[in-house]
Amino acid sequence: MIRFENVTKVYDQTARPALDSINLEIDRGEFAFLVGASGSGKSTFLRLVLKEDRASSGAVYVAGQNVANISSWRVPRLRRGIGVVFQDFRLLPQKTVFANVAFAMQVIGKSRSVIRDTVPEVLKTVGLEGKENRLPHELSGGEQQRVAIARAVVNRPGILLADEPTGNLDPTTSMGIMGVLDKINQNGTTVVMATHDDDIVNEMRKRVVELRNGVIIRDEAKALYTSMIPVVGQSRRLRDASGRDAEPAPDPGGTTRTEVRDAGGNQL
Amino acid sequence: MRLQFVLAEIGSGLRRNLSMVVSVILVTFVSLTFVGAAGMLQLQINQMKGYWYDKVQVAIFLCSDGSTATGCATGPATPEQQDNVAKLLASPAVAQYVNDFQFESKDDAYKHFKEQFSNSPIVDSVTPDQLPASFRINMKDPEKYQIISETFSSQAGVETVIDQRQLLERLFSVMNAASLVAVSVAGVMIVCAILLIATTIRLSAFSRRRETGIMRLVGASKIVIQLPFILEGVIAAVIGAVLASGTLWAVAHFFLGGYLSKQYPDTAFISAGQTLVLAPALIGLGVLLAGVSSLLTLRRYLRV
Repeated sequence: MIRFENVTKVYDQTARPALDSINLEIDRGEFAFLVGASGSGKSTFLRLVLKEDRASSGAVYVAGQNVANISSWRVPRLRRGIGVVFQDFRLLPQKTVFANVAFAMQVIGKSRSVIRDTVPEVLKTVGLEGKENRLPHELSGGEQQRVAIARAVVNRPGILLADEPTGNLDPTTSMGIMGVLDKINQNGTTVVMATHDDDIVNEMRKRVVELRNGVIIRDEAKALYTSMIPVVGQSRRLRDASGRDAEPAPDPGGTTRTEVRDAGGNQL
Repeated sequence: MRLQFVLAEIGSGLRRNLSMVVSVILVTFVSLTFVGAAGMLQLQINQMKGYWYDKVQVAIFLCSDGSTATGCATGPATPEQQDNVAKLLASPAVAQYVNDFQFESKDDAYKHFKEQFSNSPIVDSVTPDQLPASFRINMKDPEKYQIISETFSSQAGVETVIDQRQLLERLFSVMNAASLVAVSVAGVMIVCAILLIATTIRLSAFSRRRETGIMRLVGASKIVIQLPFILEGVIAAVIGAVLASGTLWAVAHFFLGGYLSKQYPDTAFISAGQTLVLAPALIGLGVLLAGVSSLLTLRRYLRV
């Protein structure tokens, strides 16, 4: 669904690249975490998928299409196939929950009857039935993020990108949001989530791609936030073997130390 | 749905930005009024030129009923006198200065008079008999007017010889200068209007950046995102252009038609209806300048 081939992104010629020859493939229907410190290249990755930026070299494929070959007037069509959720929700404060979600359909020209049918259905999926007429400031943070997710998926995109969607939320609420994202993933949507939230990553046990200084240093299936094998050389070997799952997931028994260190006993 | 959405966006944009929109309307109104004033002066010049101005330079008027000139003591010009003038015009001594000439009978004169003064009440009180017949001469060299004048003034049956250009040219040069001034003022005002429209669109785009950001993300097309902004500017400019056209009409109707044409009954003025031909041009110009300036602004400030 998303494939990066030797992608490098340089913002500033004098600084190190934001992404440095990344090779990565995320399949249809997969759920992948993108982890790493600030400045490790997570957001750049998401921007390249959306064609907000152009890769300095290498090719980015989304749904089988090289985004470099998409002409600017076709970019909207690419973006219709991708839902995006942010840390700060980005709801329209003067519009109700229903209107916020309906907005995403109005602007691409969906008919009123389709909107009337689809929006309540999506709101139900994210667990907001009965709150259609609330304004965003009348909702909790978690509920606001659910509205944002509903808006992102209301046009049934094949891919959902989430940029630290739980960054502003407390752990319990975050788990609720993850439940929603998981449900959307089960319905067949590819989900890529950039996050710092170790609890969530450890809880979900999904594929984890770790970036550091623009390089993928780890790509594991059913992994934890921090790996037991933090060896850069190994990650290079992983990358060379075309990205992912080159190594079996680490033995869950071997992760005890990580959990203790990162989750402080809160884990699982 | 999409159209309805775009219209709703325009409405909310205009409401949110009301003071800026009003200033755009006023600036386009003033600038297009100056453009229109220049156009009106040119229309007026054309009106005053009448039927003959561009075709001939010198007119030899023959005596008619009411003529008081010394050459007309014997009353209206007889057919023989008329033939004499025509022969003289064709004679080699005169013909070397003349390209060609035409005879305008009283009836022709009446017809042309009616056309030129169609907006004036004087037309009802004039009959063909009161108007002189004339020879209209197209000169090889308009500067040689004196020769014609000397040759024909003393001819029997000739009331007067007139160099039409000399009469009107000074007036026209004043009017042309006035149109030039109007156009220059209009030029400055149009620059103002373009900058103001650009600023307005920029403010509008800034105040709605949340919406446009989300529209971008969910894949709204460029047209849906940008059209409301462009139309906002265009609508304001069209209102300004309509006001300008209305002002020109009012000037023609109340000032030219109601006041000046009574003060100067022997001058042909344009009618209020004629100024309306300027309206489509003014509206087109308004749409063009609003459209272009908002497109350029959006290209810079509203990335899609």
